[in-house]
Amino acid sequence: MSLKKVHDDQPKEFEFSSENLKKADDILKMYPEKNKKSAVMPFLYLAQRQNNNWIPLAAMKYIANFLSMPYISVYEVATFYSMYNLAPVGKYFVQVCTTTPCLIRGADKIVKLCKENISPKENEISKKGNCSWMEVECLGACVSAPMIQINESYYEDLDEKSTKAILESLIKDKPLKPGSFRGRKNTSPEKKQLESGEYRA
Amino acid sequence: MPKITINGKEIEFEKGMTVLQACELADVEIPRFCYHEKLSIAGNCRMCLVEMEKSPKPIASCAMPATEGMNIKTNTNLVEKARKGVMEFLLANHPLDCPVCDQGGECDLQDQSMYYGVDKSRFVENKRQVKEKYMGPLIKTQMTRCIHCTRCVRFATEVAGIPEIGAIGRGENMEITTYLEKAMESELSANVIDLCPVGALTSKPYAFEARPWELKKTESIDVMDAVGSNIRVDTYNWEVKRILPKLNNDINEEWISDKTRYSCDGLLKQRLEVPYVKKNNKLQKSNWDEAISILIEKINTTNPNEIGGHIGDMVNLENALAFKKLFSILKVTNLEFRERNFYINSKEKSNYIFNSSIKGIEEADLVLLIGTNPRHEATMLNARIRKAYAQRQIPIFSVGDPGDLTYDYTVIGNSTDTIKKILNKELEFSKKLLSSKKPIIIIGESALELKSGQYIIEEFKKFLKKNNFINKDWNSLNFLPQNASTVGLIDLQILPNQKEKNSFFEKLKNNEFKVLYLLSSDNLDIKKNNEFIIYQGSHGDRGAEIADLILPSAAFTEQNGLYENLEGRVQECKKASYPIGEALEDWRVFNLILKKLKKNENLSNFDSLRKEVLELIPNFTKLNDLPSYNEIEFINLPSNFVSEKVIIKELDYFFTNAISRASKTMSECRQIKKDSKKTGTDNL
Amino acid sequence: MLKPENRIFKNLYNEFGWEIEYAKKRDDWKDTKNIISKGREWIINEVKISELRGRGGAGFSTGLKWSFAPKEIGSRPHYLVINADESEPGTCKDRDILRYEPQKLIEGCLIAGYAVNAHVCYIYIRGEYFNEGKRLQEAIDQAYEKKYLGKNACGSGWDFDIHIHYGAGAYICGEETALLESIEGNKGQPRLKPPFPALVGLYGCPTIVNNVETIAVVPTILRRGGKWFASIGKPKNTGTKIFCISGNVNSPCNVEEEMGIPLKELIEKHAGGVVGGWENLQAVIPGGSSMPLLSKKISETIRMDFDSLIENKSGLGTAGIVVINKDQDIVSCMARIARFYKHESCGQCTPCREGAGWMWRILDRVEKRKATYGDIELLSDVTKQIEGHTICAFGEGSAWPVQGLLRHFRKEVENRCREEPLIKKKLNNPYLVDQHLLENKNA
Ligand SMILES: Cc1cc2nc3c(=O)[nH]c(=O)nc-3n(C[C@H](O)[C@H](O)[C@H](O)COP(=O)(O)O)c2cc1C
Ligand code: SF4
Ligand code: FES
Repeated sequence: MSLKKVHDDQPKEFEFSSENLKKADDILKMYPEKNKKSAVMPFLYLAQRQNNNWIPLAAMKYIANFLSMPYISVYEVATFYSMYNLAPVGKYFVQVCTTTPCLIRGADKIVKLCKENISPKENEISKKGNCSWMEVECLGACVSAPMIQINESYYEDLDEKSTKAILESLIKDKPLKPGSFRGRKNTSPEKKQLESGEYRA
Repeated sequence: MPKITINGKEIEFEKGMTVLQACELADVEIPRFCYHEKLSIAGNCRMCLVEMEKSPKPIASCAMPATEGMNIKTNTNLVEKARKGVMEFLLANHPLDCPVCDQGGECDLQDQSMYYGVDKSRFVENKRQVKEKYMGPLIKTQMTRCIHCTRCVRFATEVAGIPEIGAIGRGENMEITTYLEKAMESELSANVIDLCPVGALTSKPYAFEARPWELKKTESIDVMDAVGSNIRVDTYNWEVKRILPKLNNDINEEWISDKTRYSCDGLLKQRLEVPYVKKNNKLQKSNWDEAISILIEKINTTNPNEIGGHIGDMVNLENALAFKKLFSILKVTNLEFRERNFYINSKEKSNYIFNSSIKGIEEADLVLLIGTNPRHEATMLNARIRKAYAQRQIPIFSVGDPGDLTYDYTVIGNSTDTIKKILNKELEFSKKLLSSKKPIIIIGESALELKSGQYIIEEFKKFLKKNNFINKDWNSLNFLPQNASTVGLIDLQILPNQKEKNSFFEKLKNNEFKVLYLLSSDNLDIKKNNEFIIYQGSHGDRGAEIADLILPSAAFTEQNGLYENLEGRVQECKKASYPIGEALEDWRVFNLILKKLKKNENLSNFDSLRKEVLELIPNFTKLNDLPSYNEIEFINLPSNFVSEKVIIKELDYFFTNAISRASKTMSECRQIKKDSKKTGTDNL
Repeated sequence: MLKPENRIFKNLYNEFGWEIEYAKKRDDWKDTKNIISKGREWIINEVKISELRGRGGAGFSTGLKWSFAPKEIGSRPHYLVINADESEPGTCKDRDILRYEPQKLIEGCLIAGYAVNAHVCYIYIRGEYFNEGKRLQEAIDQAYEKKYLGKNACGSGWDFDIHIHYGAGAYICGEETALLESIEGNKGQPRLKPPFPALVGLYGCPTIVNNVETIAVVPTILRRGGKWFASIGKPKNTGTKIFCISGNVNSPCNVEEEMGIPLKELIEKHAGGVVGGWENLQAVIPGGSSMPLLSKKISETIRMDFDSLIENKSGLGTAGIVVINKDQDIVSCMARIARFYKHESCGQCTPCREGAGWMWRILDRVEKRKATYGDIELLSDVTKQIEGHTICAFGEGSAWPVQGLLRHFRKEVENRCREEPLIKKKLNNPYLVDQHLLENKNA
């Protein structure tokens, strides 16, 4: 299943919530008035957040009218960028980075765990919990490889044990805290402890 | 002029040209797929790569501005390698299904692969499969063949002004589609078929009809409206297989409307092949001899005052002149060609043509539409307004609301009072008009049909003249006729004297005619009473339906003939096919009548008719050219103002004439337009 | 090694707090007004003296780039755009700046904005960096509170606003013109150049695009002098640089070091050495996935700066170092990178759209031992047919890593092609031979 294919089951209508309408107004202020089309990407995010993390067609149409854009342009944008989901995803949307830096530190094992614990297929919402997973390209946290992104947060420095714990916590609907799972300070070198002062100015 | 060196040869070029254009000047051919003269530059196919001195990489010549002193090479190893490489990539995922592809024989990819392709494909992976997309009744898709040049996307957005095609997804998964696969809502949509350099978008109605090399190609003129688009008619024996645009930068550029292109299947249907006469209240097949005898008997027994004649929307000038002559021999004066009674001041040519010229629209800095919907009444002219709008965002205004015109405009009013106020400089708009340099005022038939019709055009003329908008270099006053025959027929002075009270239309309405002779006239509003109706034409359409006598004649593709377009350009429509069955050119029919009347001295022949026509046309210069004036003189007529609403008569766009009404394709288009409210996005 | 006093990003690991009051303790916003008062000429000149080269990958002289912006504001406003798209595999340095040193970036934006006549700055952050963006927004809000931004920013007399625009998962939006398209609300497809963004950029206005790190070092350069910065590293390759060391090292990390530091020193001293020892090293990608990899032999002695790496047919790129040891299958590592490029190609130009997927498919077959000898030549041809023929540098970025593989690991690749099916063995058969003739011959 692809998240870029328009979902079969579409809600009839879409409208920004009043809260999002206010946000939309603020977003529009960021761009010159005659370039309000610039707001299409932030608007798609708003719609996605409002609609359980996926964008229905009605939302694209709504945004197109909001910004006086042709429907097809909104559709083009929504299908071009990989973070816009055009079909439902799990409440916990697990994205596993499998690009080379993560791969050589064991991303394949994490994928395997996802298959075992969430669903054998990508983008299929799990039976047990409300999860789905997907392989993604480099998430820009290579020195903390392997890593996964769950909704908006990065879980870094993983191994099989920690990954399993994280996935289980999702299924229990009590997600663990994001961050490094090897207990190091961000992207600092671990071996030479910071206390040695070598990295202090 | 700046100079550029191309393959060692130094040539001069105009500022603003691209390297590709400069190469063309130097007669060096550059292969290309995405580049198209009339569209914006995408530079994405990479086929046009050439070598530029001091640049380590080859450059895309279509996108690179030419500059003084550039040194370009197109015949080096580097260039050849680049082209071969791009060609290989294009062919990698392109299905090599030329034998079953309609583009075969006129495919850019096929042609260029002969020059730059490798004879063997090294691509052994599975080829990409792309799902077909529904794009309406005109465009057949085979998206696996698409090479992503985006010409169709650019055409829809830039020229048609209907941004409905796009490229979704990215990378190798990019696909061209319409939004949710609905038909394109444009009267220009089928031009993407010509633009598509491969067989991804082909013609649905023409699918598998013929191969290009089997067809006879005739360059001709379109008669679906008064624009006079230049076309090429492709025939296979008698059948017109397809109609394509022919480049004419003054008129239709490289495009034609869908109606021009696809009405042609109407030429094959509902054709009148033999004369018919009504016997026992039923039309029955007959022959020329019988039919002409009946006709003459009717005419001989009727007072000429009670005979009326009406000339239809697609009749050429030679035939019309012959008809007029026949009528004067018969001493009949009730001759008309307008379908509705609108005002025309025929005293002076510039009163009834599109003076600013179609190309002139590109120079305009303001457009005012009065009672017209140019999108439906003159599609290609509307495309030119759209072009001016897209390039320079010129302000466009309208009196009356024509609906979506593919560009933004402001409705400044809905009644003749608005016009009066403009002329009296009482509106904000008057200021804008007066401060513009080259405004264009376009007055439609709907406006001239009003009681104030005469007021509108005469007073505007005065106003424009006074403010120097009508002078030797620029004439802002434009009339937009709807039919191909209108301007020419005014020139042939077929218009009856308008002062006469008892006009053709009144007589028609009051059923005062005993005999009504319809020459290919199908759009007249007739409430038939006891009239004897003679219909002479090519199609069993509305005129034939009410006729008592039917004389079959040739369609516009089946005979030579002159037409004058709305700019007053006289153009020649060429015989591409031949009349079907026993049908004859109209003037031959009139000869039959004259012979039977024993008026042999009055017989016509085509050459003399043409000569006479050309002599009759005022301000004529030469074929295909605009009329010329020494001095624009004005005979101003007094006129009455009536306060009334300006209503733009809605056209049944796909059904405006006998040919398009016979066309299956047009009726599909019409149905889709009707349903469009129910399909597409509105349900979501 | 970099002397501690020369370190610019002191809070790279957030030991001292990212908030503005801590940042100020680290000298951020010190003398900013004074620096701006010295004028555009002086600022641009000082940056030129520092020989700072863009940290986004191309290594273009920053001072020179700024000098392309029109000297006066004409009818169109100018824009400054910060490239925080950071999507190059192996790279995660900007992320730490956004999280822990945001004030350096913000102050740099004001100064750069002033220098190029821009009143508005957009920071384009990749969509995945949601939390980093949130952090940056907090930092921006803190700067507004202190009146360092907004009207008369920092008392400089210059009005300056910063907005954040999120990407949405498209590597290509790191390319500067694709990034501008993306801000304009379009698909991120690179534009044809010329015209260059410095003259026709965002909304058709003059626009300067710089990487996060480039801009973040500017305030320190101006405070301590261009000469100081130029004294670090070596000529034309000056200053400090954040290196991201990932892959098979014992302690992967981000670290700020002197430009031109030996690669071996970086790996051994900072990253705890190669997993399995230096002898276990197979190859190193020195500058993000787009840069051709280096063999162990070159890695032994190479210095990490723009010019040394170019001499060795690679590049510094983003300084994202991916260490690959002998436990890894080098072909599958590179095949995965090829898949990345296939996935990220924007699709507008032919060679990249068709070539990226083709390269991946061939490599995939090589990995699975299903390729033929002929495929090696073909693969090499495909890379050359992409290289230099595309609108943007993505084409090179996708072709170079494969070329690197073929350059240094040809044997390895050839070994995989041994098991090719019999019929396909190099027989030099003319095209279109009857299939059964072939089979007879091999029977
Ligand atoms: C395919 C591609 C991806 C790029 N991605 C990034 C990126 O993620 N971040 C970045 O700063 N520059 C990236 N660049 C480089 C930018 O185009 C541009 O050169 C840079 O932002 C200029 O800033 P600088 O001069 O400060 O380096 C990329 C270039 C290409 C061709
Ligand atoms: S090289 Fe690739 S990414 Fe760059 S413009 Fe061409 S298709 Fe797009
Ligand atoms: S014609 Fe120049 S790139 Fe396509």
